[in-house]
Parts: sequence; structure tokens; C-alpha cells
Amino acid sequence: MLNSDQTPSAADWELQSGESHLLQLLKAGHFAVTAELNAPDSSDPKDVYANVAELGDVCDAINATDGSGANCHMSSVACCALMARAGYEPVLQMGCRDRNRIAIQGDLLGAAALGVRNVLCLTGDDVSAGDQPEARRVFDFDALHLLRTARIMRDRGVLLSGRKLTTPPGFFLGAAANPFVPPQDLRHLRLAKKIEAGAQFIQTQYCYDVPVFESFMRRARDMGLHEKVYLLVGVGPLRSERAAEFMRSRVPGVHIPDAVVDRLAKTPRKGKRAEGIRICVEIIEEIKRIEGVHGVHIMAYRQEDAVPEIVERAGILRQKTRK
Amino acid sequence: MPGSEWLKNRPRLLEGVYAGSKSALQLLYPLLKRILPAAFTERLFVWSEEISKGYLFNCQMCGQCILHSTGMTCPMNCPKNLRNGPCGGVRQNGHCEVIPEMPCVWVQAWRRDAQMGRYAGEIQLLQPPVNRALQNSSAWLNLLEGTDAQQPSGWTAIELE
Repeated sequence: MLNSDQTPSAADWELQSGESHLLQLLKAGHFAVTAELNAPDSSDPKDVYANVAELGDVCDAINATDGSGANCHMSSVACCALMARAGYEPVLQMGCRDRNRIAIQGDLLGAAALGVRNVLCLTGDDVSAGDQPEARRVFDFDALHLLRTARIMRDRGVLLSGRKLTTPPGFFLGAAANPFVPPQDLRHLRLAKKIEAGAQFIQTQYCYDVPVFESFMRRARDMGLHEKVYLLVGVGPLRSERAAEFMRSRVPGVHIPDAVVDRLAKTPRKGKRAEGIRICVEIIEEIKRIEGVHGVHIMAYRQEDAVPEIVERAGILRQKTRK
Repeated sequence: MPGSEWLKNRPRLLEGVYAGSKSALQLLYPLLKRILPAAFTERLFVWSEEISKGYLFNCQMCGQCILHSTGMTCPMNCPKNLRNGPCGGVRQNGHCEVIPEMPCVWVQAWRRDAQMGRYAGEIQLLQPPVNRALQNSSAWLNLLEGTDAQQPSGWTAIELE
């Protein structure tokens, strides 16, 4: 096992994966903005580009989800390859639900060959969350195994078996964190474990509860974790109190306090969407002042058109992804 | 099963039993190995583990026991088979994302780890991937023979730097 003083600080990574545009921005001290692509149910690349269009001008990198919510969409490797081809900076989301360790390592190599430099390593939602709950769940690896394996491939130039790679992938490696679900008082320890396994950046679950997030960050700072990892906080606009209810009851791991739901419920029907955006902007304004926060990750499922407005009003608009 | 839940919530007692049986097995094994045929020993061990660990931990016979590093809570009961949990899907009541009526195995594991003595804090160790080839074999034998500690050479490449 690695112990904490062997864990490299964020600064040590630069040479190993200097190609990532996202890493360069974070290194330079910019407040990063990433967003989630709605992966199309389509075989047409134009559908990827249509969904990227709203995001590309205001985001530094765009995440392609890997069968999010255990629903099948265009694969994350393909979405990322299409984005990279068009000059966007993709973040490949790679989960452990659908592939064993052999497929995972093969996909990582393939993604790198297609221009992917950022990988978000996830365990993945269970198959029971999606519309094909009768599928077999794989979970050969967990997120920590995936992280460390990707790091071994990059830093040691070998596969898990020890077999040598001709050209190792140059990844900027990320992981998820969910400070909002039990055991809240121990979530920072799992973050520490992920950093030890190789996480250089973190994208969190949706943050609707700033006080809970603040106490998580306080514990993380006490361990010095904020200096070892770039942390991007997940945010997103809620369309209505019904959407909020659906998310907190049906989407695994999403916590939305009653106060937020009530605020939307009290808003007249026509103003709900705008109120959802206002709540999102307020949350960004609060979290960007917290020490150790390096950016936001905007997940605006089917509200991608709201992302430019959110970025602008939260005062974090800076530059384009597209080079 | 009666008594099993009560025992599961006494990780300190269980870790004592674990440490005791480990020492006893290590002492007895050389003798057993000399007098019993290997296939019989394997069957005897598998059978005793299925009964004892099955009752105490709802053991899934992964063949590479890490109970003392997970609050004496079997991680293979996690529907996602996590060796480094909990995942981000835990419900607000501390229950499992997949099986809503079941408390999250990993939330229990972290709570129980804090109550332990000699092995407390081991839950923070990064556990290697599961060797699926050891499924349904005897974890005790694998421990005594050192089979459960073998990892793919790539996994240890970073430690050797």
C-alpha cells in the first residue's frame, strides 16, 4: 500500500500528463468549468455535436457519461473521440459496471489513441437504476482499482499483468466524490484513498447543500487534501420541484434539501425554470469562495441551453474549450 | 439467523475470534498437512468456512478474506462487490442503493472499524482487486499458503518504485 507521504502532490503530475488542456488551466490557477454532455441515443455524430454546441463555448472540458443511470447511450469512448476530433477537450467517464478488467484496460488504451487525455474513474450506478435492470452487473473492479490501474499504465508503462506497453497513455486522472450521502463524517477519508490510488482531480455529485459541503471541505483541508487534488464541485439547474423530487428519489446518490424543493414549489409555474437557474448560480457563488474548490462541473441534463447563462451570471465565464 | 446480527455488531469480539483462529490454524496447519490428504483438507476447510463464516458474516466464499480490514463486515455482500467502499449511491437513511431495505455494508464496515482494537483503521488501506479464480476456495487455506496475498505484477509496480 502507498502511504500518504509517498502520495504525489498535484504539482508533481505536470510532466507526466502535461498534454491535458484541463490540467494546464488548473495548474495556471484558473477556475475551471466543465459540463456534462447528454450522450445521444443515436449513431449519428451530428447528434453529439448538436448537444456539445451549447457547452463548447463556455466550458473548459466536457464529460461524456458512461451509460449514466445504467441507461444505454452512445459509448463514452466514441463521444470523446468525436469531441476530440472537433477540437473540444473531452473527459472520458469510465465505470466498472459494464466491463471487466480486460475490457477496461483495452478501452483506456483505445481512448488515449483517439485523443482522450482526461479520465474520470467511477464505480458506476447499479444496473437496477436503469431501463434494462435484467442486465448482468460486472463490477470486476471498483473505482479505486480502476484509478490505480490507469495510473500504473501511465506511470509504469505496463498492464496490470505486468506486460509492457509500447506507448503508455498520458492521462490526467479523476474520480468522483459524494460528500452528501452517509457516512458524511467519513467521506473525506474515501477521498484520501482515491488520491492515494491516483486521483488528480475530483468531480463531485450535485451540490445542493452548501453547509454539508463546507464541513466536508473542512475535514479534507485538515488532511491537506485540497493541496493534493483539483476539486470541481458538481452543480446543476432544477427545472421544477417535480424534477427535484424525481432526482432525489430515483437518481442514486442525489441529495436535495427540502428548502430547495420548497423554494421551487412556491415559485409560480412560469418562473420555475428561472428560479432553478438562480439557485444554481447562487450555489456556485457560494462554493467558489470555499478554499480548496478549483472549479465547477455543471450537469444540466436536457437543460444544456441554460449552461451559458449560468456560467455568465455566476461570473466564471472565461474562455472556450475549442482550440 | 438468530444471534448473527448481535454478533455482527460486536466487531471487537469477532476480531479476537479471528486473531485466535488465525494463530491456531497457523500452529495446526503443518501437522494437518502431514496427516491429511490435500483434497480432504480443502473440502474440510471449505465446509467449515461455509458454516461458520456463512453464519457469522454471510460469507460469499470469495476465497480471500479481508474481514479484519473491513470492520469484520463481509464486503462481498455489497451488490457492487466493492473492496474499497462505500459507493456514492448510499441512501440518506444509510441503506443500499441497490437493495433499499438493506443497510449499506460499507457504512456498517466503517462504523464497526472504529469500534475495533488491534485492526482499527485498517479499513483505510487500499485493497487490491479480487482474484476471481479463488471464488469458492478456502480463504483459510489461501491465507496459510499465501495464495490470497498474491497480486498481479502490475498492481505492485508502483509500490516497488
